[in-house]
Amino acid sequence: MTARVGVITFPGTLDDVDAARAVRRAGAEAVPLWHADADLHGVDAVIVPGGFSYGDYLRAGAIARFAPVMGPVVDAAGGGLPVLGICNGFQILCEAGLLPGAMTRNAGLRFICRDVWLRVANAETAWTAGYEADQRILVPLKSGEGRFVAEQRTLDELEGDGRVVFRYESAAPNGSSRDIAGVASANGRVVGLMPHPEHAIDPATGPSADGLGLFTSVLTQLVESA
Amino acid sequence: MARVVVNVMPKAEILDPQGQAVVGALPRLGFAGVREVRQGKHFELDIDDSVDDETLEQIAGTLLANPVIEDWSVTRLPENGTA
Repeated sequence: MTARVGVITFPGTLDDVDAARAVRRAGAEAVPLWHADADLHGVDAVIVPGGFSYGDYLRAGAIARFAPVMGPVVDAAGGGLPVLGICNGFQILCEAGLLPGAMTRNAGLRFICRDVWLRVANAETAWTAGYEADQRILVPLKSGEGRFVAEQRTLDELEGDGRVVFRYESAAPNGSSRDIAGVASANGRVVGLMPHPEHAIDPATGPSADGLGLFTSVLTQLVESA
Repeated sequence: MARVVVNVMPKAEILDPQGQAVVGALPRLGFAGVREVRQGKHFELDIDDSVDDETLEQIAGTLLANPVIEDWSVTRLPENGTA
């Protein structure tokens, strides 16, 4: 049985096509989910892709969090459904309370669009189990509000519990606290990151194929748990 | 009908690069003596009398502000008040 991975499209989403392509490249079926959907069409995992949902009005992700499809996503995540948020998707998952912290304007105020090296800090989540611990991966970063922040106590807990999943290898270009590029939920099923692994699945169209590992990781998990 | 003002500000410990950019620009324009600028958001709500203070706090804390990074204040203006 082919695993089915849902990819949500909100008004203003940009990267749903590349996310669906990455899912197919990894060997799964990509199922389009619409922001107004009342259910998840029985998918085995969900990706909340990047872009500018609802024009980033109010705060990035603040409106998308209340879209009809997010109710079932939050419920299913509570039951262990793997959920991946990329860039704006990460912001949405933070606003929805599935992941800790928040994203603010880049420290230098400039929109950053460049390839960045990341370290896989936790290779045991649903989305990173296919990587080696401490593996270096090269993926694009493209965001204006990508600076991850949280209370000191929350940051200490995240580091202590191994919930930092990705770190910028050199100092975070956007000023993120403790160079954090991505974090996970307590059970490791929900992961969010600001850089874009879905743009790095093929050297012909991206800086590397290093990002494909997130999408193959979740498939391996689904097959093993089937 | 009443008018309510909600002011949302970045928490003190959150770096406010927009405010820093403003404070950095002022001396270049010849304005001296401004030590710090912090930039936030100002909302004006026209509400029915049925909306109580507790509901207003919920509106501010769940949608208008993100409690992780922002503080807020809710102020009811006097009748025919302006913000």
